[in-house]
Amino acid sequence: MKQFKPDINGFYGEFGGAFVPEMLYANVQELQESYLEIINSKSFQEEFHSLLKDYVGRPTPLYFSKNLSHQFNAQIYLKREDLCHTGAHKINNTIGQILLAKRLGKQKIIAETGAGQHGVATATVCALMNMECSIYMGEIDIARQKPNVERMQLLGANVVASTSGSKTLKDATNDAIRAWINNPTDTHYIIGSVVGPHPYPDMVSIFQSVISNEIKNQLQEKINRDYPDYVIACVGGGSNAIGAFYHFIDNQKTKLIAVEAAGIGIQTNKTAATIALGKIGIIHGSKTYLIQTEDGQIIEPHSISAGLDYPGIGPAHAYLHDTSKSVVVSITDDEAIQAAFDLSKKEGIIPALETAHALAYLHKMKFKKDDVVVVNLSGRGDKDMMTYKKYL
Amino acid sequence: MNRITELFKHKEKNILSIYFTAGYPNLESTTTIIEYLDEAKVDMIEIGMPFSDPLADGPTIQDANTIALNNGMSLKILLEQLKDIRSKTQIPILLMGYLNPIIQYGEPKFLQEIHKIGIDGLIIPDMPLPYFKTHLQKLYYHFNIAHVMLVTPTTSEKRIKEIDENTNGFVYLVSSNSITGNQLQINHLKTYFEKIQQLQLNNKTILGFGIHNKETVKHAFEHCNGAIVGSAFVKFLSNNKITSNNIKEFINNLRL
Repeated sequence: MKQFKPDINGFYGEFGGAFVPEMLYANVQELQESYLEIINSKSFQEEFHSLLKDYVGRPTPLYFSKNLSHQFNAQIYLKREDLCHTGAHKINNTIGQILLAKRLGKQKIIAETGAGQHGVATATVCALMNMECSIYMGEIDIARQKPNVERMQLLGANVVASTSGSKTLKDATNDAIRAWINNPTDTHYIIGSVVGPHPYPDMVSIFQSVISNEIKNQLQEKINRDYPDYVIACVGGGSNAIGAFYHFIDNQKTKLIAVEAAGIGIQTNKTAATIALGKIGIIHGSKTYLIQTEDGQIIEPHSISAGLDYPGIGPAHAYLHDTSKSVVVSITDDEAIQAAFDLSKKEGIIPALETAHALAYLHKMKFKKDDVVVVNLSGRGDKDMMTYKKYL
Repeated sequence: MNRITELFKHKEKNILSIYFTAGYPNLESTTTIIEYLDEAKVDMIEIGMPFSDPLADGPTIQDANTIALNNGMSLKILLEQLKDIRSKTQIPILLMGYLNPIIQYGEPKFLQEIHKIGIDGLIIPDMPLPYFKTHLQKLYYHFNIAHVMLVTPTTSEKRIKEIDENTNGFVYLVSSNSITGNQLQINHLKTYFEKIQQLQLNNKTILGFGIHNKETVKHAFEHCNGAIVGSAFVKFLSNNKITSNNIKEFINNLRL
C-alpha cells in the first residue's frame, strides 16, 4: 500500500506547506531535512518501539464492546488509547519527538497544550529524558484543566500562562512559536497535533500511525480481516484521528469519520467546527481550513472540550475532506456530555470530553449488523471531572 | 519610479524608518501619525496591518494589533484611510503584515489597490519565497511594489543571497533571532554584520528589531544603511498625546 505523504514541500494537495517568518526558517528547515532520515534509522525505530511497548504500554487493547454493539446494532470496537501511559494517545508523538530532539542535539523542549494532555505527555518524556521543559497553556485552559497543570508541575515542567487573545490553545500555540523564535538553536518545539509548518503534520502523523497499524493487526487476529468498515475519531487539530485513519486511508472499504466540536451549535458563533464553517487560509504556518472573519482575522472558537477548542484543522484532514476520503461531521457540547455519561455508565469507561464527541456520533449512524466499527477512544476522562461534576 | 528606490538614490546612509500599527491607538490615528512622522522628517514609514495572531511580534505590537482590531481596523478601512495620502506626502510607505488577511482580501485586488494609492512596498514575514515566486512576483512587478524580505542571524549565506536576489527596496536585517520588542544585544551583532558585508548584497540593508534609542540607532547607522524603530514608537504612542511636537521630540531623540 502506498504511504499517505505530503509532497516534498509539505503539501497535501493545496494544503500544508511552511508559512513561517524568516526567524523560524532555519529551525523548520533543519527538521525538514532530517526528520525522515532520523525516524527511519534503525536505532530510532528500536528505541521508539521499545519505549512504546514498555513505557507507554502498547499495543493498547482493541476492545469489543458488547454493550455498544447491542445498542447500535453493529460490531463496535474501542481502540483503548485511554490506557496509554498519561491517559491519551498524545504520548505516542511526544516519545517520537523527544527521541528526534535528542538526536538533533537539543537541550530544551517547549510545547503548547489545550486540554493539558499533550502538556502532560511532553512533561513526562522530558522527565524521562532529563530535558528542560516549558509548556505554554492558555490562562482559561489552566483554570479548566487544573489537575493536568498540577501533573505537569509535579513532572518538573514550567507551565507558562498565555494571556493573549482568547487565552486558549490558539494563543498557547502562538506563544510557543514565539518562544521557539527566541531560542532557535538549543530548543525543540514539540507540536502536539498534526498542525503547524511542514514537517510537523507528517511527522506527528507518522508517530500516531501506530494506532491504525495496531488496529489492522488486532482486527486480523480477532475477525480475520485487516480493516474495519468504519473508523470514527474526534478531531481538533486531528492527531488521534490521523493516527487511527492512517493505514486505512487508501482502503476504499473503510469509511473514515472525523468528528468536530460543534460547541453550542454550528449555527451559533460558539463553535469549533472548522470544516463546517472554515475558509481556506493560513494558521500557525500551515495552509488549511480555519474559522475566520471576512477580513481574515482568526476567530476564537468554542468547545466544552479544551482539546478540540482550535480554530484550524491539520492540513491532512483538510485534504482528506476535500478529496472525499473522509467524512467530517460535528457534535455539540451537550451531545458529547451525554455520550460521556453513557459510556461511563454502560461500559465502566470514563472517556475524555474530546473522545466523547466521537462516541456521540454513533447515535447518528445507521449501521448494518455485521458492520465493523472502530471508535478511537483517544483519552480518559479523569482530567474532565470538574466539567462532568456539573452535570451529575 | 518607486519612492524607496528614489530615496536610496539621494540618501544611502542614516535612513530612519518608523513602524506603527494601523488603527492604534485610535481607528482614525493612522493618517495623522503619517503626517506628523513626515513633518518630523523620518525617511520611510512602515504601517502594520493588524492581525489576530501576529506570530513574530512581542507583547507591545501584539497589544497594538488587538486594540486596533477592537477599534474596528481592517484592510478595507486602512486602504480607505490611505486613499488620499499621496496628496499630503511623498514619503516612501510600506505595509507590513501577515499573509492571511491579504489572501482573504484577494491578493491581485490588494496589490492593484495599494498601487493606486501609492504604496511603495510590502513586508509579509510569513510569506514563503516559493509562494511569492509562483503566485505574486509578476503582480508585484506589474504594480511596482517593492518586495522586502527579512534576514536573521540564523539565515544561511546561501539563503541570504537568494533573498537578496528576490528582494527589492531593501533587505530587512533582523537584529537578533527574536520576536519584535526584545532588547538589542549589540555584542552579538559583530559577526553578523561582517557576514552581511562580506556578501556584498545588491540591496541596501536596514536593521530592525530591538532598535529603541539613540545608541541602538547609531549602531544600526554605523553598520547598515538605516534603522527601523517599531515597538519603541508603538510604546511611545500608547503613553503620549499624539501631537506633531511630541512625535518630533521622539524622533529627534533617536537621531544623532
